[in-house]
Amino acid sequence: MVSGEHTIKQYDQELESLRGRILQMGGLVESQLRMAIDCFEHADLRKADQVVEADERVDEEEIELARVILNLIVRRQPAANDLRLIMGVSRAVTDLERIGDEATKIARAARWVHNKGVVVRMPRIRDISVSAEAALSMLRGALDAFARLDAVAAAEIIREDEGVDEQFRLILRQLLTFMMEDPRTITGSLDTVWVAKAIERIGDHSKNIAGDVIFIVQGEDVRHATPEQLARAVSQPS
Amino acid sequence: MTSVSLDQPTAQVADPLALKAEVRDLSFYYGTFQGLKSLSLPVYQNRVTALIGPSGCGKSTLLRCFNRIHDLYPGNRYDGSITLHPDRIDILDRNIDPMDVRMRIGMVFQKPSPFPTTVFENVAYGLRLRGVRAKAVLAEKVEYALRSAALWDEAKDRLHHDASNLSGGQQQRLCIARALATDPELLLFDEPTSALDPIATASIEELVDELKARVSILMVTHNMQQAARCSDFTAFMYLGELVEFGPTEQIFFKPSKKQTEDYITGRFG
Repeated sequence: MVSGEHTIKQYDQELESLRGRILQMGGLVESQLRMAIDCFEHADLRKADQVVEADERVDEEEIELARVILNLIVRRQPAANDLRLIMGVSRAVTDLERIGDEATKIARAARWVHNKGVVVRMPRIRDISVSAEAALSMLRGALDAFARLDAVAAAEIIREDEGVDEQFRLILRQLLTFMMEDPRTITGSLDTVWVAKAIERIGDHSKNIAGDVIFIVQGEDVRHATPEQLARAVSQPS
Repeated sequence: MTSVSLDQPTAQVADPLALKAEVRDLSFYYGTFQGLKSLSLPVYQNRVTALIGPSGCGKSTLLRCFNRIHDLYPGNRYDGSITLHPDRIDILDRNIDPMDVRMRIGMVFQKPSPFPTTVFENVAYGLRLRGVRAKAVLAEKVEYALRSAALWDEAKDRLHHDASNLSGGQQQRLCIARALATDPELLLFDEPTSALDPIATASIEELVDELKARVSILMVTHNMQQAARCSDFTAFMYLGELVEFGPTEQIFFKPSKKQTEDYITGRFG
C-alpha cells in the first residue's frame, strides 16, 4: 500500500519511525502480557512486579507516540494513505495501552489469588490458560498484520474474537456452578472472573488493532461491521 | 392513528447535484502540442470544483477553455465540447461569440489585475460593455458586486480612487467583484491566492464559500490544503489527462488511483 518515497525525505523517516515505534510498543505489551499469564498460571509472583514495571514503560511510550503523531499532523498535513496510517497508529496506541492495563490487572489478581492460597480450590486455571493463549495469539496476529499491512490477515484476527468471547462465557458459567456448589470458592472465583474478563477485553483490543490495519489499508471503518461487511471491506482492491 | 402534516417538511432533502457544465472528450492543441488529451469532467452547480496537478499538467489550459481565452492566440485548436447548462450551448462552438461566453463565465487570475482606473470603473467595466448606461443602475450593481466580494466596507469611501492603491488582497477581491458584476453563472479562479498572504488568502477562501450559493466555481490551485479546504469536488490532472475526479473528501482520504495518492501525499516524481 505504501508507495514510493516522499519528495521530502525527512517525512519518510518520520513515518518509518512511527511504524517502528508502534511495533516496538506492541512487542513490549506482548511480552508484558506473556509475563502476566505466566504469573497467573504458575504462581510466579516475581513476574507480577515486572508486569507493573513494564506498564510504566508502556504508558511512557503512549505519551511519546501521541507527541510524535501530533507533530506529524502539525508539520506535514498528512493526506490519503499517510493520513490513514497516522490515524490508525493513533488508535492502535490507545488499544495497546489498554492491553497493558489489562495485563497489569491480571498480574495483580494473580498476586491476590496465589497469596490467599485459594488456588488449590480453583480447578479452572487450565480454562483460563486456554483463553489467555487465544487472546495472546490474537494480539500477536494483529501486530503481525500491522507490520505487514495485511488486511486479509487482520480480518481473520477479528473473526477469532468471537472464540475468546465464547470462552469467557463458558468460564463464567463454570465458575457460577462452583460458587453455588461450595460458597468457600466464591472469593477465589470472583478473583478469577476478573482475570477472565481482562483476557476477554484483551481480545477486544486486539480486534480493534486488527480493525485499524483494515482502516489503514482499505480506508474502511470496520469497528461495528457485520461479518458480511467485514468480508466486503477486505475484498476491495486497496 | 397519527397523521403527518403536509405543510411540514418530514425529512431534510439534501441539495441535489445539478450540472452547470459538462466537459466531454475535450482535447486542446497549442499548435502541434496537445495540451489536453480527450478529457471529460462534470462541473456541478453551486459547488466548488478544484483542479489540482503538477505544473504543466493542463489544469490552467482546461480552465482557459471555459472562457475561450485561447482564441486570442493563433494556432490553438479545440476538439470536443464544453456544454453550459441549463441551455446546453457548446462554449467551444465557433458560432458562439466568446464575448457572450465571458459575460456568463467570469475569470479571476493568479495575480490581482485591476484595470488602471478607479475602483468604481473597474467593477462597472463589464456592465458598460454590456450597454448599461443609467448611473443609478451602475451604482447599484457596483455596490452589490463589491458587497458580494466582501470589499464594500473597505472600499466604499474610496470608490473614485485609483484601484492600484488597494492592498493585494483587496485588489483580488476587486477582481472578483468585477467578475461578479455581470452576474456570471460560473466563476473561474486560476490560483487566486498564490500571490496573497495567509490572511488575504483566508478571506478569499471564505468568500469562495459564500459565493457558491450564487455561482458555480472552478478553481485551479497548487495548494493541496486549499483544495481540501475549499472544494466539494476535486479533479487530479497529469500530463494533459484527467486521472481522477471525485468528492474532495474521498480524493484526500482514499483516492482510487495510485498516481493521485502519490501526488497528494507528496511522493511525486
